[in-house]
Amino acid sequence: MALSRRLTSRSTLISHPLSAAFNRFISTDTTPITIETSLPFTAHLCDPPSRSVESSTQELLSFFRTMALMRRMEIAADSLYKAKLIRGFCHLYDGQEAVAIGMEAAITKKDAIITAYRDHCIFLGRGGSLYEVFAELMGRRDGCSRGKGGSMHFYKKDSSFYGGHGIVGAQVPLGCGIAFAQKYGKEEAVTFAMYGDGAANQGQLFEALNISALWDLPSILVCENNHYGMGTAEWRAAKSPSYYKRGDYVPGLKVDGMDAFAVKQACKFAKEHALKNGPIILEMDTYRYHGHSMSDPGSTYRTRDEISGVRQERDPIERIKKLVLSHDLATEKELKDMEKEIRKEVDDAIAKAKDCPMPEPSELFTNVYVKGFGTESFGADRKEVKAALP
Amino acid sequence: MWGILGRRAVVVDGGFSASCLRSRMRSGLVSARSYAAGSKEMTVRDALNSAIDEEMSADPKVFVMGEEVGQYQGAYKITKGLLEKYGPERVYDTPITEAGFTGIGVGAAYAGLKPVVEFMTFNFSMQAIDHIINSAAKSNYMSAGQINVPIVFRGPNGAAAGVGAQHSQCYAAWYASVPGLKVLAPYSAEDARGLLKAAIRDPDPVVFLENELLYGESFPISEEALDSSFCLPIGKAKIEREGKDVTITTFSKMVGFALKAAEKLAEEGISAEVINLRSIRPLDRATINASVRKTSRLVTVEEGFPQHGVCAEICASVVEESFSYLDAPVERIAGADVPMPYAANLERLALPQVEDIVRAAKRACFRSK
Repeated sequence: MALSRRLTSRSTLISHPLSAAFNRFISTDTTPITIETSLPFTAHLCDPPSRSVESSTQELLSFFRTMALMRRMEIAADSLYKAKLIRGFCHLYDGQEAVAIGMEAAITKKDAIITAYRDHCIFLGRGGSLYEVFAELMGRRDGCSRGKGGSMHFYKKDSSFYGGHGIVGAQVPLGCGIAFAQKYGKEEAVTFAMYGDGAANQGQLFEALNISALWDLPSILVCENNHYGMGTAEWRAAKSPSYYKRGDYVPGLKVDGMDAFAVKQACKFAKEHALKNGPIILEMDTYRYHGHSMSDPGSTYRTRDEISGVRQERDPIERIKKLVLSHDLATEKELKDMEKEIRKEVDDAIAKAKDCPMPEPSELFTNVYVKGFGTESFGADRKEVKAALP
Repeated sequence: MWGILGRRAVVVDGGFSASCLRSRMRSGLVSARSYAAGSKEMTVRDALNSAIDEEMSADPKVFVMGEEVGQYQGAYKITKGLLEKYGPERVYDTPITEAGFTGIGVGAAYAGLKPVVEFMTFNFSMQAIDHIINSAAKSNYMSAGQINVPIVFRGPNGAAAGVGAQHSQCYAAWYASVPGLKVLAPYSAEDARGLLKAAIRDPDPVVFLENELLYGESFPISEEALDSSFCLPIGKAKIEREGKDVTITTFSKMVGFALKAAEKLAEEGISAEVINLRSIRPLDRATINASVRKTSRLVTVEEGFPQHGVCAEICASVVEESFSYLDAPVERIAGADVPMPYAANLERLALPQVEDIVRAAKRACFRSK
């Protein structure tokens, strides 16, 4: 394998300073490889894509690295929350990394993504930095939302990532609206509106789907079915938990969401479909190891055996690791070193974020409007604290 | 007849031309006759229609969306002719799914378009209120300025005639309490044109509260107001009638009632100053307080429910900022504290009438009858 220090632009995460050991693998050698998805796709009102996914050695390695980074980031956030450095809500994505990574591999930054509150890894995938993530989680001024959003409100508009939403289901009509704008501007781009099995029953989802189908909007609805809406299992919330079929007249595909290559193939397929034929639903069969949020132990409504079973049989990173090893792209030790390096990268970002100051008090009054016309706004004691909104 | 008391339009997008400055200095003044003699007349309906038409013509990102806005020509004919003129790629008829189409409108605004979303009445906006507040109003703040939402939500607000409890509520107080929204309420045709054009150009979400009963009313309109660049400033109230004994503040249809009340009061020697708020959020506290400091008495009027209403906010502001100027307790005239009844006599009792405003003004002047 050619040794090369040149980094590709496949994922912005690869452009971080790296150890020599890892540089060995980042090559311009995009040797194509074909990976078979472990499970077939199940289709509704469409022909499923092939199980053979085109990839490259570089992509396979980057999948490992990025997913390991995402996993490490979420675990670190867990510790920070327990140390009370992260407050309020914190919804972790570990277990679901394959969805974020597979989707990014199939699309460009012109395609838009919108999701709910389990958004840290999606933000990272769209090009956000670890530092911005931790600073935002800890409410510091260098956070991606300058400390004013918090865990549920990460955005990266320059990469067409529209958040980060706290109201279950609201992001789906919003995503269809972004798709509307893409069609209006003749952009040849699509929007992935992500939601969970809990949100799948929301009325506004069907309203937005109806309009998307009527107006042929390039919307792709992605149900991340991790089988639990907070503490409620899917069979207790949905009369029909075949979320990929719930679009009725809208085609759908059920995908093994723990297989990053299956996700990539499905998203590629969906993008082609949406640009020609309008909306499509992708149901990603996935799993979250953590509870719904940090205040949920996650074990009162499911057994520890179930959780460890998924970890053993279906962990998305383990799957990629096996592929890397079987394709001889790295040794076990090299992967372990990579993980150590990732750990350090995450720790460094946290240390830097801990040193970052909180926002200035004057930030209380910024960004209420784009154009405030100098109108007055007030603090708790309006005679003490007043501001003119710029 | 215009002379130096003529009013010039202020273009809202920040250009501080000389005429802008002159008009800012003059914003507190108004002539006894606010409109030029011999000028044209225009209905509020035509004013709104022309405003949307001109803004669509000027900016291809502006589009219209709502129930019956296209082929039906608009439930109240506000969007008449727009589908024919601009085609189905600019004017969208939606299914009866407020939550869905409002969310889609807000999403389109996130991505840089400028939707004008019509609610057939604001009563139906409650089905979409999560998108107005959580998706639109708060986004610029939560994203620290990354995602702004240049959307206008417009439609008839408040009571119509005989439409009953579920179709008669005024939402001014609800929306105006939310930071991140701008809330406008036009009265005259000039208000309708100037404020709607300003709203469509504005980069923030604007709730634009019209009134069904005003749509057919004609008002004189100046040449200036007919110009396609005409805009009124957001956040500035208009003094419709100058006076020195009592300040009456109100918005929308009640402005007409307040002006009639002022006529009646004048016959009895009470000079009332009538302020047309135009902008509920931002609220022009400066103009209101300056007026009360002049007159020492306040009567604030609205059509909506009294508790936690717009009037309550105005009273609080005046008591906080101009307490020592007040010679009488503040007075509120509002809709009755009941769901709107249907029977004509009960409906009349449920809404402010001219005589209510007159009575309150006299009370503020310590006149018994």
